[in-house]
Amino acid sequence: MTFWDSFSSALRAIRANKLRSALTMLGVVIGVGSVIAMVGIGEGTKKKSLQELEIMGSNRISVVPNWRRGRGHSATANQSTLRLEDVEAIKREVPLVKNITGIVRRGATVKFGANNHRTNANGAHPSIQEIENAKKMHSGEWYTYEDEELMNKKAVLGWLVYEELFGGTQNALGAIIKINNQNFEVVGVVDYKGGSGWMNPDDQVYVPLKTAQYRLTGQKDRFSYITMQATSSELLPIVQSDVEAVLGKTRKSATGEELFRVFNQAESLEAIQTQSKLLSYLLAGIASVSLLVGGIGIMNIMLVSVTERTKEIGLRKALGATGSSILSQFLLESIVMCIMGGLIGIILGGAATRFVANMFKVPPVINSSAVMLAFGFATIVGLFFGIYPAVRASRLQPIDALRYE
Amino acid sequence: MKTVIDVRDLHKDYVMGDTIVHALDGVTTEIYEGDFVAIMGPSGSGKSTFMNAVGCLDRPSSGDYFLNGEEVSAMGDVELAQIRNKYIGFVFQTFNLLPRTSALKNVELPLMYAGTKGRSERAKGAIELVGLTDRMHHKPNELSGGQQQRVAIARAIVNDPVLILADEPTGNLDTRTSHEIMALFQELNDQGKTIIIVTHEAEIAQHCRRVIRFRDGRIEKDEVVDDQVNAIDALAALGPAPR
Repeated sequence: MTFWDSFSSALRAIRANKLRSALTMLGVVIGVGSVIAMVGIGEGTKKKSLQELEIMGSNRISVVPNWRRGRGHSATANQSTLRLEDVEAIKREVPLVKNITGIVRRGATVKFGANNHRTNANGAHPSIQEIENAKKMHSGEWYTYEDEELMNKKAVLGWLVYEELFGGTQNALGAIIKINNQNFEVVGVVDYKGGSGWMNPDDQVYVPLKTAQYRLTGQKDRFSYITMQATSSELLPIVQSDVEAVLGKTRKSATGEELFRVFNQAESLEAIQTQSKLLSYLLAGIASVSLLVGGIGIMNIMLVSVTERTKEIGLRKALGATGSSILSQFLLESIVMCIMGGLIGIILGGAATRFVANMFKVPPVINSSAVMLAFGFATIVGLFFGIYPAVRASRLQPIDALRYE
Repeated sequence: MKTVIDVRDLHKDYVMGDTIVHALDGVTTEIYEGDFVAIMGPSGSGKSTFMNAVGCLDRPSSGDYFLNGEEVSAMGDVELAQIRNKYIGFVFQTFNLLPRTSALKNVELPLMYAGTKGRSERAKGAIELVGLTDRMHHKPNELSGGQQQRVAIARAIVNDPVLILADEPTGNLDTRTSHEIMALFQELNDQGKTIIIVTHEAEIAQHCRRVIRFRDGRIEKDEVVDDQVNAIDALAALGPAPR
């Protein structure tokens, strides 16, 4: 009796009981499918977070006022402790900072014709285009330092704002829009970045910093936050501590508490990675439980199958089957079922990943190591849970098995 | 004449509750090559136990058993499986074909366990011998009882065994089909096959050359059949087959 004979016997037995085999496989299908889908969605979420970080600009460090002090205060620029001289001090004392700008941010209603849209207006130096990785334009150009000196009312729109006001096709350049009821000329539209969430980089309007300070908000020397770009990502921690040291000299409360907080992108990156790893482990754990349950289902069915086919086993033994050929036949049957279930699970898991990823707008990631792991695990489940029923089958005495009714 | 089966003082005891049942109580006999033996006896006489021991499906409690000159009473499970495969062809009352499996595949089964090459060719040869070539791709549920038993006989002879053991082979068949099956056995016997049939029908035993009667675990009578019935004549006596 060759391996091939055992294999075709197993296949025949699986085919003979199609519905039961399918139900048995279902456990493994769901187990493998969910491992792949869950790991895929976990990875997709991670990828999405990384992409979002990327479109927000690279090597970034931001300083925000420490709001924790004032309980119940809403976060507006007029309570901010960050001022023009802080930006100047950082520029002067931290040479590893490549670009820096203070930002005056405020919620704004923008209008063009009959269209209006609620968004954020940001007063920022033109260098914001470097810091926020927003140099690629859909049309027009960024305002210049000269515009800023002259306090020109010029605006650069994020893609979403452009779509809302101009339908995404109309030419916006030179159009006069209203930002909080003041006229601004559109000079540029930033290309689509694919952001989402409450800090969506596509849902922003930028105006020259001084224009925002003097003509839009009246906040002449306080910033909502300060953002900057370090010369390289490895230097982020150093730059961060330098910035903390510089600001720490002046921006401290009477009790010595720092009135600002500094964030760097590396931290966010790390946080995302830790979080997604945790998520992956959790999801894989849940999926493993369903694989285990699937395995128990296989064992259950194989035991029933052995009992039901006792007479067949007796006959095979009468015809010359040895214990080991019966063993390999039944073992192969459960392994083949698990492998088939695994293959179907991979296909369904892939489809589920695509579907769910689409639903949550994350990129579908089908991780080849997760596929291999799930598949290998399914095979092991078949082997492990198939052994006991197969051994029972192989140990049957031919005469007892033949007489079994 | 060559001895195929040689049993000496065979015992088989079963414990049932607190009594010991002597299913075989010292059986000694010899069966020669080309013999055609009917084993008869009331139920509980030990004829089935004897058959199972001879077929190496069960081990005797004591005594010696030589099959084709080899002492099988001392063999282990794996060796016994090989003996059954190589030396013995079984025919059962309930046919015992694998369901949802074609006649051809059923006949190939012993060859598969023997590891024979060219299985399909040899199985086709055996099926031709029992006259079912045109039905070899049918599954058991598409065949009549007589045809199923023919497939089972083809399966029993495919490995060219020294002994064919048939346990009530006509028990589930009507008279005409029984005669047809007996005709097939007689044909095989004429070709030199050694055949043992367990039956409780005297009419069936009349087709054989020798009858061994069991009672209480012992051989009660062992006699030669003087007026062996030719199954083909018996068939003719039944008249033409109903349409």
